[in-house]
Amino acid sequence: MTVATAEPRTRTRPVRLGALLARPEVGALAAAVAIFVFFLLVAPSFRSSASFFTVLYQSSTIGIVAVGVGLLMIGGEFDLSAGVMPISAGLVNSMFCWYFGVNLWVGAVLSLAFCLAVGFLNGWLVMRTGIPSFLITLGTFFVLQGANLGVTKLVTGSVSSSDISAIDGFASLQKVFASSFTLGSATVWITVLWWILFVALAAWTLQRARVGNWIYAVGGSADSARAVGVPVVRTKIGLFMTVSFLGWFVGMHSLYRFNTLQAGNGVGNEFLYIIAAVVGGTLLTGGFGNAIGAAIGAFIFGMTSLGIVYAGWDPNWFKAFLGVMLLLAVLVNTYVKRLATKGRPS
Amino acid sequence: MTDTLSEHADRGLRRGEQLVDLAGVGKNYGPIRALHGVDLHVRAGEVTCVLGDNGAGKSTLIKIISGLHPHTSGTLTVDGVERRLGSPREALDLGIATVYQDLAVVPLMPVWRNFFLGSELVAGRYPLAGMRIRDMRRIADEELRKMGITVADIDQPIGTLSGGQRQCVAIARAVYFGARVLILDEPTAALGVKQSGVVLKYIAAARDAGLGVVFITHNPQHAYLVGDHFVILKRGGTVLDAARGTVTLEDLTTQMAGGDELAELSRELERQ
Repeated sequence: MTVATAEPRTRTRPVRLGALLARPEVGALAAAVAIFVFFLLVAPSFRSSASFFTVLYQSSTIGIVAVGVGLLMIGGEFDLSAGVMPISAGLVNSMFCWYFGVNLWVGAVLSLAFCLAVGFLNGWLVMRTGIPSFLITLGTFFVLQGANLGVTKLVTGSVSSSDISAIDGFASLQKVFASSFTLGSATVWITVLWWILFVALAAWTLQRARVGNWIYAVGGSADSARAVGVPVVRTKIGLFMTVSFLGWFVGMHSLYRFNTLQAGNGVGNEFLYIIAAVVGGTLLTGGFGNAIGAAIGAFIFGMTSLGIVYAGWDPNWFKAFLGVMLLLAVLVNTYVKRLATKGRPS
Repeated sequence: MTDTLSEHADRGLRRGEQLVDLAGVGKNYGPIRALHGVDLHVRAGEVTCVLGDNGAGKSTLIKIISGLHPHTSGTLTVDGVERRLGSPREALDLGIATVYQDLAVVPLMPVWRNFFLGSELVAGRYPLAGMRIRDMRRIADEELRKMGITVADIDQPIGTLSGGQRQCVAIARAVYFGARVLILDEPTAALGVKQSGVVLKYIAAARDAGLGVVFITHNPQHAYLVGDHFVILKRGGTVLDAARGTVTLEDLTTQMAGGDELAELSRELERQ
């Protein structure tokens, strides 16, 4: 018996299509190279290894969370609370230790537990109620944003946290989260290395781990996944917790780099993460994308935000550029999805 | 074509052995009675057809057997042990696999990832357990070839296969991973004549390999082609429960089309 055996004529198309679809980041990579060359041409100060590493640093501060958001979006969910999560993480650590005078490591662990709890709550509420994650995390986002400012004002009397550089544990934590070293004439921030590690870990998980298979499945079709025994609820809650873990990580970086935090910061970053993931080829509707793509998306963000400054232009144009990139990426992604889901006529 | 099925079907299955038994099973969603007093017997090597119009309670019945929603009255017995299934995983572990009409596969994922979804081959121990991707791709490709499904590239999204092929992959996958009871939810509903034929042959092959098959459909012709036993549901209750020898295709078609109600309707609409 034969079931619509592919004829030689039709055989070539699925192969090329499959190869293209297997690599969602191709479009983003082409865009990144084009933007890179463009700024090399128009911005003379862009052409040094020092500014290249500055771009990498800028990219890493967005890219670390963007990788988690990318995984979450592949899993079919959003997290709007990811923008203010780092600030919440830093504030919990900073104010707890400042108020009670305990070692900063204690606060850091407490802050991690807090972030994981928020991530769990996000995921649990989404799975329990069936309400879109867009709404649930919009709620958490406002709660965190308000609490960040409200609690900070109660504790310190102002909208910024107190300087914690004199408290025990600062030096060692700074080494982990916010140190830098020089490479030739360039300063390399440790977040760049962390970023690379997280991207590699996420890429490996998606491609080679069983959980990666589940992430694609719960985003592509949660009901199909459930029917073949994939633990959908656990997988999705795990993804929300991954995002909040990475948010905590970036929060630790900001805290130990600047000693104090502005409680009102972070608003709007959630969209940067989503844009980085989408520009990197992640489908807004889930089930498609990869970690390298989200990393390239974050790199495009870092390159552009600094490139515009190096070129001496009004930095306000950056947002407009970001919008254009997002629209282009969504168009490309939608087209790709249509190709992929179109069944062959039998 | 049937290699995969006969090779991987459970050898312990004895034809006629009672696999799943429902007695007086009912399900209420709050005050709404979706199903009441339904008896159903699934035996090894037999196809039990469940027919019914939209809203007759077919999908509720599947959800009970496949572990999506537990029943609220009656008893469900699997291999002689009374059960209340709380999750699809639980049902799968008892060898009950369900293939849904439109939920059979994840369209954007490669064929091989779909084939192994939920039963991935893993090397080593958690947390560093990588999948044995090379083995998984090879096995998926071999099994599909045995079924006569030639995919140009095992990495292509399964959404690019035809509807009939997707159903066949889903059935083959269920059998490959040790299903003893196969529940097929309207597998031919969205398919053309030729593709339906492919799926029906596949159902017959699963039956011949000794599996107990529950075939849900609203097409009496398709049911009569492969069925050993027929149950017709209407408004949540059983209106016909008959073995193959005791019922004709005409009976099935008439019952499905509405039976007495149809006769009444035909009188009312009688043209002058």
